Amino acid sequence: MSPPDGVAAIDSADNNLPGRVWMFRGAQAAMSIPALILTAAFIGYAGLARESGLSLAETLAMTGLIWALPSIVVLTGALNSGMGLIPAAIAVALASVRLMPMTIAFLPLVKIPGKTKTWQLLIASHFVAVTAWVFAMKNLPDYPKEARLPFFVGFGSALTGFVFCMTGIAYLVVERMPDVVAGALVLLTPVYFLCSLWGAAQLNADKVAMAAGLVLGPIVFLVAPGLDLLWTGLIGGTAAYFGTRLMRRGFS
Amino acid sequence: MMGSVADTWWWPFVMILVAGWLATDIWRWIGVFAGGKLREDSEILIWVRCVATALVAGLISKLILFPQGILAETPLWLRLAATGFGFGAFFLSRQRVIVGVLAAEVFLIGGWLLLDKVG
Repeated sequence: MSPPDGVAAIDSADNNLPGRVWMFRGAQAAMSIPALILTAAFIGYAGLARESGLSLAETLAMTGLIWALPSIVVLTGALNSGMGLIPAAIAVALASVRLMPMTIAFLPLVKIPGKTKTWQLLIASHFVAVTAWVFAMKNLPDYPKEARLPFFVGFGSALTGFVFCMTGIAYLVVERMPDVVAGALVLLTPVYFLCSLWGAAQLNADKVAMAAGLVLGPIVFLVAPGLDLLWTGLIGGTAAYFGTRLMRRGFS
Repeated sequence: MMGSVADTWWWPFVMILVAGWLATDIWRWIGVFAGGKLREDSEILIWVRCVATALVAGLISKLILFPQGILAETPLWLRLAATGFGFGAFFLSRQRVIVGVLAAEVFLIGGWLLLDKVG
């Protein structure tokens, strides 16, 4: 029996390695391009947080606990404007709904039915945010199934730890960046997401969904800001699914 | 009158815990419970992945079309051209992400400095 595509690169003897070895390998894998790009994005955020009057402890608490940059930016705005607890929670929850379909899509990659404990998945799920998700969807299928969860937890905690430290350093050190540097840091994130999301697309359906989302995102944002990302996903994703399903299997 | 709770040192941390951590992680937890029963190759999962992919793609084009902060002051065509240039370089380099990212950055910074000189 030939191994499925992509697995060939990984030694079959690796199948029996203990979880901590995979965790360590995941941590090593995190020290890479995604970490640098995400760090750059958070350095940009550290400047915003300081300008908004947030303390270092508050900035770091948000970085580690929320771990999703769009939600962090929303909460920064809420703290800044003295918004109440409930309205702020609703605003952040709206900005974070996207994490649910992402977690659902990610879960079968790492879950071994009957073996993986729910609490392990709950811990791993904290690291689900765009950077780690795109990395996981692109790279985890190449690893043996037992290896994926520890690998991802190693990847996620190393990435979070590194970005956490760099955000703190940036808060303390970076006085004011030249405009061109600050602007270039902001463009880094979408271009990185664009390239790696394409790399993570496994089926035609994923690629069509990506194109649909790129076109729909700004339009829906102008029509219905707030829940726009969720609508973009639902409309664009559903259209892409049924469109490509028709091509795959006709009307069955 | 006593100062309101909103002025205490700990109130921002309550906000961060409840309106930040809980409001964000709750979706991840719901995802764990909802996704636990799905098989990797099921049709419904293909659909969910389409939804998640379209959603992230929507976020990408929003970040480029309506950026935050100083990047908003660059012309839209420059941001789109830089992104297109980067994505093209990504393809020509046989899908190496780092090549795409660097190409887009070089294009953006080059174009920006040139516009500054001209303007």
